[in-house]
Amino acid sequence: MAEIVTLADAIAATLHDGDTVAMEGFTHLIPHAAGHEVIRQHRRDLTLVRMTPDIIYDQLIGAGCARKLVFGWAGNPGVGSLHRFRDAVENGWPNALELEEHSHAGMANRFVAGAAGLPFAVLRGYRGTSLPSKTSGVAEITCPFTGETLTAVSALRPDVAVIHAQRADRRGNIQFWGISGVQKEAVLASARSVVTVEEIVDILPPQPGAVVLPSWTVGYVAPVPGGAHPSYALGYTERDNDFYKAWDEISRDRARFAAWLDEHVYGANADPARWAGAAC
Amino acid sequence: MGWRGMLTYAPDEMMTVTAARSMRNGMTCFVGIGLPSEAANLARRTHAPQLVLIYESGTIGAKPDHVPLSIGDGVLAETADTVVSVPEIFNYWLQPGRIDVGFLGAAQLDRYGNINTTVIGPSYDRPAVRLPGAGGAPEIAAACKEVVVVLRQSRRTFADRLDFVTTVGFGSGAGSRQELGLTGGGPKLVITDLGLLRPDPVSGELVLAGIYPGVSVEQVRDRTSWDLAVSPDLGELAPPTAAELTELRQLLAGEPVAATAPIAGGTAI
Repeated sequence: MAEIVTLADAIAATLHDGDTVAMEGFTHLIPHAAGHEVIRQHRRDLTLVRMTPDIIYDQLIGAGCARKLVFGWAGNPGVGSLHRFRDAVENGWPNALELEEHSHAGMANRFVAGAAGLPFAVLRGYRGTSLPSKTSGVAEITCPFTGETLTAVSALRPDVAVIHAQRADRRGNIQFWGISGVQKEAVLASARSVVTVEEIVDILPPQPGAVVLPSWTVGYVAPVPGGAHPSYALGYTERDNDFYKAWDEISRDRARFAAWLDEHVYGANADPARWAGAAC
Repeated sequence: MGWRGMLTYAPDEMMTVTAARSMRNGMTCFVGIGLPSEAANLARRTHAPQLVLIYESGTIGAKPDHVPLSIGDGVLAETADTVVSVPEIFNYWLQPGRIDVGFLGAAQLDRYGNINTTVIGPSYDRPAVRLPGAGGAPEIAAACKEVVVVLRQSRRTFADRLDFVTTVGFGSGAGSRQELGLTGGGPKLVITDLGLLRPDPVSGELVLAGIYPGVSVEQVRDRTSWDLAVSPDLGELAPPTAAELTELRQLLAGEPVAATAPIAGGTAI
């Protein structure tokens, strides 16, 4: 059964230095507030896993929490580069960042294999690209039925999955809908999990297309209204496109980034509740 | 708009209009963000109202009334025919070859339409420029029935040799795609801010097939790092029409679809 606790307690109980952590959310339901809590708790040497690391991983990398990044596409969607990520890769600031780089299809299938309890997943992909020569976890495999050469990608089994969802009930059953990315697979593939939610309700009303993770599949649930900002939670908040654009400037300069962290993560402006109920 | 019907337009606008024209009504189209998304949405607002837009966020049949900033904007989910998970969009929808055209951008492209979106020299471990990486592009280019690439042309982007092959076009030339087991047809068109290239049907090498009004072949060759082949049937492409330009500018200004514009599926949004 999931325990319903505060975000700070959930992160403190779940996430340790050196852990492999998947904070998932494909452009929607990104657990930004949880990422900020990880920065506040000064976690170090994390292996960060994510199909599409965007701003929250840029912040974790810039804040010095990450040793390694396992990913498919690291950019600011529709805007451009992740400057903290680039500074780490190109200049080793604030520390060197090891990369394990895949395609989105590869990363998605690696989570599927982890959730399924299999050592690898099979897909048609990677062949002819430079990716297999620069990354681990990719190998050619021969189909035992047809003889066709296919690609195997190794399973992802993070220590911790962190996701954001629309709501949970008081027993800790989780419900989310809209663009659902690979969050269900990430939770099922991981040893431990934290789910932040917009609200906790007495009962979960039926919702078309919703994913439900039963309480017993989840470790900790923390109510964090607005916790996806500047990403969004369909039906609760709207994507803050202006912030994604502004991040390009904020993140370009190390000092400006540090000042931003001081104000918005360590400081008085850190309360995500000010973003709650910004839509709908 | 200029005087007495003379249209003035930017090279980027010509590029987006040309890319939009390449879309046929009713196609299923896997759309990358940026120029591809602008072109696909322009096509939907002009000659291809039944174009099925598919974003890798899992939104199938999205009907946005403006160009989304990201592939996960709420408007895509709210207007889609269905929304599926990311494993499902790749495994059930893209991989089996259900999608007609993949619409991609690129940072670097070579003569065989291979794409680099990963690193620009001198080495992978210490690159001069670290780009975002693969995303969905390798599998989109592998599995879609055809691929259209849209990028601005320069000696930097039209590279003699890629620093990293992120996404395979025609590999090392004739027979490469078959040897690699790539099931889709590969690049069918490359559209730039100067004109349009098509692959040679045998070798897969890109051949300049069309240029925009006012652009010379020498200009295009000057902005290519390899010795660019030119089609004997090279033609000049028609400039944007007033209607195309108006729609494109409204689209980029974030103005919603005009009430009279046809909307896919007849759904009012």
